[in-house]
Order: sequence, then structure tokens, then C-alpha cells
Amino acid sequence: MGYRFGRMLTAMLVALLVSVSWAEEPLQDPTAPPRTTTQSSVDGIDIPPLTLQEIINRLTSRSFDKKEAAIRQLAKQDNPRVVPLLNALMNRELVHNRKDDTIALGLKKDGQWELRDPESRQVIGQVDSRAARPVIINNRLRTVINNQLALAALNDPDSDIRYQAAGQLIGNDDPEMLAALAARRHQESRPRVAAQIDTALNIAALHSDDRTTRLDAIDALAGNLHPEVKNALNTRLLAADSSQETQALEKAIARIETRIETFQTADTVFFGLSLGSVLLLAAIGLAITFGVMGVINMAHGELIMLGAYTTYVVQQLLPSSHEWSLLIAVPAAFLVSAFVGVLIERFVIRFLYGRPLETLLATFGVSLILQQAVRVIFSPLNRTVITPEWMSGALEINPVFSLTYNRLYIIFFALAVFLALLTLLKKTRLGLQVRAVSQNRATARGLGIRSERVNALTFGLGSGIAGVAGVALAQLTNVGPNLGQSYIIDSFMVVVFGGVGNLWGTLTAAFSLGIANKLLEPMAGAVLAKIVVLVFIILFIQRKPRGLFPQRGRAAEE
Amino acid sequence: MRDSTFKSAFNDRTAKTFMGVLFGATLLVTVLNQLFPADSALHVSAYTVTLLGKYLCYALLALALDLVWGYCGILSLGHGAFFALGGYAMGMYLMRQIGDRGVYGNPELPDFMVFLNWSELPWYWHGFDQFWFAALMILLVPGLLAFVFGWLAFRSRVTGVYLSIITQALTYALMLAFFRNELGFGGNNGLTDFKDLLGFSLQSDTTRVGLLMATAVALAGAFVLCRWITGSKLGRVVLAVRDAESRARFVGYRTEHYKLWIFTLSAILAGIAGALYVPQVGIINPGEFSPLNSIELVVWVAVGGRATLYGAVIGAILVNYGKTVFTGIMPEAWLFALGGLFVAVTVFLPHGLVGLVSEKWDNIKSRFASGDKSPGSENAVEGDPS
Repeated sequence: MGYRFGRMLTAMLVALLVSVSWAEEPLQDPTAPPRTTTQSSVDGIDIPPLTLQEIINRLTSRSFDKKEAAIRQLAKQDNPRVVPLLNALMNRELVHNRKDDTIALGLKKDGQWELRDPESRQVIGQVDSRAARPVIINNRLRTVINNQLALAALNDPDSDIRYQAAGQLIGNDDPEMLAALAARRHQESRPRVAAQIDTALNIAALHSDDRTTRLDAIDALAGNLHPEVKNALNTRLLAADSSQETQALEKAIARIETRIETFQTADTVFFGLSLGSVLLLAAIGLAITFGVMGVINMAHGELIMLGAYTTYVVQQLLPSSHEWSLLIAVPAAFLVSAFVGVLIERFVIRFLYGRPLETLLATFGVSLILQQAVRVIFSPLNRTVITPEWMSGALEINPVFSLTYNRLYIIFFALAVFLALLTLLKKTRLGLQVRAVSQNRATARGLGIRSERVNALTFGLGSGIAGVAGVALAQLTNVGPNLGQSYIIDSFMVVVFGGVGNLWGTLTAAFSLGIANKLLEPMAGAVLAKIVVLVFIILFIQRKPRGLFPQRGRAAEE
Repeated sequence: MRDSTFKSAFNDRTAKTFMGVLFGATLLVTVLNQLFPADSALHVSAYTVTLLGKYLCYALLALALDLVWGYCGILSLGHGAFFALGGYAMGMYLMRQIGDRGVYGNPELPDFMVFLNWSELPWYWHGFDQFWFAALMILLVPGLLAFVFGWLAFRSRVTGVYLSIITQALTYALMLAFFRNELGFGGNNGLTDFKDLLGFSLQSDTTRVGLLMATAVALAGAFVLCRWITGSKLGRVVLAVRDAESRARFVGYRTEHYKLWIFTLSAILAGIAGALYVPQVGIINPGEFSPLNSIELVVWVAVGGRATLYGAVIGAILVNYGKTVFTGIMPEAWLFALGGLFVAVTVFLPHGLVGLVSEKWDNIKSRFASGDKSPGSENAVEGDPS
């Protein structure tokens, strides 16, 4: 009961807040939202001698000095309305009402000013457009306001806001700011924010007159990746007054550069892993149909494409729920592609077992038909799949290295699919049957395995995984009829490189080819890197025709 | 497996029939184009002449593929690459022939190089102003690539599907490379705007007819050459390699040498086809390297029927005629038709149209002379022995 009552109260409070608050709130700086605890706005009067209104009324002055004093005084007030008002001032939304010589929040509406009370935000009236004008500010005042806003944000209860505020203050050498930063540093409990504040303080200390302070600051800044740090150190290097300092600066800069290089390599490797996981997803279904069944499925790329289109269709059917439509798209794509795969197996491939080259041609024909069918149904133009909110953005490790979420998720997704498939093949009855049939069809049949059924299911499984890969690819590229074609050769390369019939080989091959491709790219450009990798694989196959991890035993003799 | 005396007799008759039909058709078209005025009902337009020339180039290419696939069992999915390389060699010659008649009027550099601000001709373009050099390159470049590729592949016993896939990768890699402007082959646009060949304007009807005749002669020559090779002792070893490579190797044949030789010859034939193709269509671009083209080529041979040579020619002409007709009437249906053709031919017609016809023919014959053993069915192409 009490809990529900509490929730109701909160809901009502929120509703009240929303209804009272400015309709134009989004104009405010999003880093410094108003600290809305309660809406008891009128009680700023008690302790300070002046009310908020009285302070901001001083902004009517023409002198910028007086305005500055008013701004500083305003910023000192302990009132949740301070930050919104400073933002309003920045956005020219504080207007000087000439009629009664006061300052109010003003908004242009139909050629008139709609005035609101600065504290309560109640509408207090409409005046003619010439009867009021926005408070003029200049660049100096803007700096002051920004600093005051940063100071306010620096003491915000939300550590993210504090972190950003500290980041903004890096490179700022206003003594007032530095004092505030130092004060905050003593109370700060979050190491992330503290480190950011230290960076700001140390950069400021580079300008100190005391040599040891400077040297300490240089040491502390060595290896710091914030872009301002390198600039500040370089600037200081020009003004260095002793060889000791020059050396220390050079050392610090060198450390920063090595770290940047390390993280850039890490970035390349991350992109390589991401490409590798795409290759893995595309190739793993092929590894089953090609590796386990010995069937060359040239329509594999088109099954991936069907998965991507399924994602698109699911999004179109559920227009209001992009956030979780992917959860439906994955099984849906699996089913669609698996179904088409089983059809292909039943109507085409079944007649061609033991004739791999013919299978290749027939499935290529199927791929042309599927492509054209998609062109007829969905038009030849590319379709865009909307990326859900939780997949956009990036995980920032440091200023030079961040991991984009969509790529990160796809790496995990690929590994999850891989593990699921591995478990299926090693732990389930179907997996056992699949392996038995692939090793020796005649013996497996003799032992009572219905190899026809196993074939259809295996092919369906491989195709279904292609569909799942399509869901992932739809997040990275445009969905079009040629989507599959661009992956088919790469997928074959991965399977052949890794060794046919070996899932771990496929995994290794996918990631090593992905990383190799991305490592070559900065040296040679994207296309040349791809050519180099292709030529490498062609030469590699000549040396080891059975791939990295060749199959041994009877199956290898086929 | 085949009776050698029967074969050589059959051989001559087939070659003669083939050449008879080929030259008959070519001459007919020539006469109809040259002797009848444009408004006559019997007149054949220059467009048709060029179209037929194009088909014959495709037929030569299909013949080349049939030699390696039908007789040697190597399914190359990269024969389009050799075709395109031959075409590029010819294109480079034609490019140099333009001289200062290009848009930029530079006597030395082709237009696209001027456009890219290149100051001098890259070293590999030198010599292409001479026809004999270009002709040599048409044979040498595809041949050399096939030789090196085949030497590496066959020596390490890359066979079957693996070979198909790496040949596909080869043509894919070449396509990506030729798309790059830096390579110096005109990038995306390829080579085009050709003016004349050996001093004859490419726009005139006589040149077109001449090119058609040249193509027909080349096709006939290649056909006779292939007949001769497949009928020879070497051809029989190659057949043995196709049907049971390990056994042939154990008997003592260096199977990789035979495969390499056939593969290289086939690539050279494909290169010649490409070289004849380019002046007739007037353009060569990296699209010719696309893996799709090479696979389409395989289906021509499959439709006609493998290991018969004339089957490949028939298949190439029929499929391409179908393509011309289809893309004219309902373009969006062509890929359905082509895809369906792939499936239907592999599932229902493993020996192609030629196989179908000869099977029916054998049935009729055996009905008349019941009790006799029919020879036709033994020509059947067996799948992998696995």
C-alpha cells in the first residue's frame, strides 16, 4: 500500500513538474539540466538579502561589468533555477521588459513576447515585440557564463555531468576555475572524475612559476591521452627554460605518442575482430553445408540476404518497436532462411549428392532466382534497417580509443552463434547424426540413421544460420539484392582457409583474415588489402590444399 | 573407353559438319549484309552481323572451357578472367591507335591518363602501338597467367571444388584490381572510344563483316585444334585424368603436366576470344572479370553438353540468343530464366542438349537394329568417383 501510494505521489509530482516546466526546455544545455528536487520556487528569499528576481533585474544595466557582477552573484545562489536561467541568458531567452524595467523569461510568439516569471515559469503576460528585448551579452560574458555553468556542473550529484564539466575545464587557466577544481578534487570520490580534474590542474600547473611544480605536472601528464595535454606540452616545450624541463617534456610527449600508437593498433584490431565476426557469421553456415555435407551452396549469400530482408520486414510490421524488433527478427530470419534452405535441399540438391560441381551450378541458379525474386518483390533499391538505440553510440575507453556498440554486439553475437552451433553438433542427438552421416554415409544408414532427413535438417541448419548472419549484417550495411553476393567469395575463402569440416578452423580463419585485412588497409587501401588477402589465400591453398586444419581420416579422402 | 578407329572417322565428319554450318551461316550473313540494299527484306543489319560475331566469340570461349571442363574435369570459374585479359590486350592496342583523335588530343596518352594527370605512358603500355606486339600479348598474358596459376595449383594437387573456388577468387581479385584507376587500365570505365583496327574503321560495315569472318575462322581453327587434341594420345590421357586421376598417376603419367598444358591452351583460346570480342562490342571494362560472367559461361557449356566441343558452341549461341531475346522483351525475367536453366540443366539434363538429342537418336537407332550395343551412352560424363 505504502509503496503504491509513494509511486502515485511521485507520478503526480512528475506530472506537475512537466506541466509547469517550460515547453522550450530542449533549448537548454543538456549537460546541465535543472536540478529539480521540488518546485518550492518562491523560497529563495529567506537567507540572502536579495531575491533571484532582484539579482537578475540588475542585468537591465547597459554596463557589461555590472552584468558580469550580476551573473557571478546569480551563480552563487543556491537555487535550482540558477542553471536554467544562465542557459536562458546564453540563448537570448532572458528579456528586458521595458515597461516595468524587469527581466523575465521571454519567448517570441506571433510577433509578441510571451513573458514568464523567471522563478515559477508562470506566464505573466504578453507584450509587444518592441516593448522588450533580449539581454545583450558579449564574448567575455559568454565565457563567464560558461565558466559558471561548468562550476555548477562540477558540483552536480551526477558523476557523468561532473566528468564532462571537468573535461570542459581542461585547458582553462582562469584562477577562479582552478580554485574550484582544486576544491572539488578534495571531495571527489569517483576516480574517473578525479583523474579528469587532475589533468586540468596539471595542465594549469605547466604555467606555474615554480620549476618543481612544473616538472611534477609534466611527469603526471606523461602518457595522458587527452588531446589538450599534448597541445599544452608542445606549447610549453617552446617556452621551456631548462634542459631538464625540455627533456622531461620530450619524454612525456613521446610516451603520449607511443600510447596513441598502441591504442590505434588496438582500434585496428577491434575493427579486424569486427570484420572477422562478420566473416565468421557469413561463413559458419557455409562451413556446415560445405564442410559437413560436402555441398557447395552458392546460394548461401542469398540466404544471408533473405535474413537481412526478414529483419527489414519485421521492422516494417512492428513500426513502433524498433528497440526490440531485433529479438523477433533473429528467430524469424532463422526460420525463413532455414525453410528456403530445406526447399533447396529437397528440390535441387537431393538429386545431386556426390556431384559437387553440379551442386555448385544448380545452387548458383537458385541464387540468381532468389536475387531476382527479391528485386521484384522489394525493388532493386537498397532498404535501410533502423539501428536500435541500444546498439548505436560507442563505449569510450579513452579519448583515442572507443568501441562502437553495434560492432561490439556483433562480435559477441557471432561468438554466441558459433558456440551454440558447436554445442549443437557436439552435444545433441541431431549433431551426432550429422557427424555420423558426414563421416560415413553408408555405415550411418546401416546403423539406422535416416540420412535423407539428416541431410535436409543439416542444410536447413546451415541456411538458418545464414539468415541469422543476415540480421547482423543488416545492422552494418544497406539491405539490397546484392548483399549476399558480396559475401559469398569471402565466406568460401574463410571456409577453405580454415580447413573444410572444421568449425574451429573457420573461427580462426575468419578472425585472422579479418584482422589481416584491417591491418593491411592503412598501408595499402581497402581494395588493395582485399586483393592482397585473396592472393595470399590462393597461394596458401597451393601450399596446403586442405586448409589450416585439415580433416584427417576417411573423410579426408573424398 | 572409346574405339579409336570409330572415333577418328566420327571426328572428321563432325569437324566437317561443324565447319560447314559455321562458314555457311557466316557467308550467308555476309552476303545478305553486303549485297542487298538496306531497304531490302533480305538485308541483314550491321547490328545482326556484330551480334553474330559476339555470339561466335562467346562460342570460342565456351569451347575453351569445354576443353578443360568437359575433357579434363577442371571446372574453372575464372575463365572470364582470361577472356578479359585478352580483351584488355586488344583494347590497349586499339587505345593506342586512337592517337591524337581523342577528346584531349594527346598523341601519346589515352584520354583517361590525361584525365588522371599522368605525364607519361606506364611501362606496360609500351609496344601496344604495334599490332604484332599486341597479338603476342593476347596469347602470352592469359597463357602465362594460366601457366603460373595452374603450375602452382596442379603441382600441389588442388582439385575439384577447391580449384573452382580459387579460380573464382582469382577473377574476383583481378576485377577488384582493374577497378582501380591506379592500375592504369582506365579503372571503372575501362577502355573504349576505339576508332580503327589495322587502319580499318571499326564503324564501317565491311570491317564488321571482316571481324565476323575472322571470328568464324578462329572458332573453326580452335574447333579443329581441340578435336585433334582430344582425339590424340594426349587427349586420351587427359580423359583418364578426368575419370580417375589417381589411377592415371599410379600408372605413371605426370597428370599435373597434362592438366597444366590443357589449362594453358584453354586460357590462350579464351584470350583470343576476348581479343576478337572487344573490337566488335567497342568496350572492355572490369565488369568482364566479374565472377558472374565466368559462371554464366559454365552454364552455356552445361546447356549444350560437355565433352563434345560442338555442344559448347551450340550452348553458347543458344543461351546468348535467349538472353538477347529475353532482355529485349521482359528484362526482369531473364535472371529467372537463367537461374532456372542452371537448375534444370544440372538436375534433368546432365549431358546437355546434345546428350539429350543423341540419347533419343540412339533409342531410335537401337529400335531399328535391336540387339546392337548403342555407343552414344558411353560418352556420358561421369561425376566424381567418390
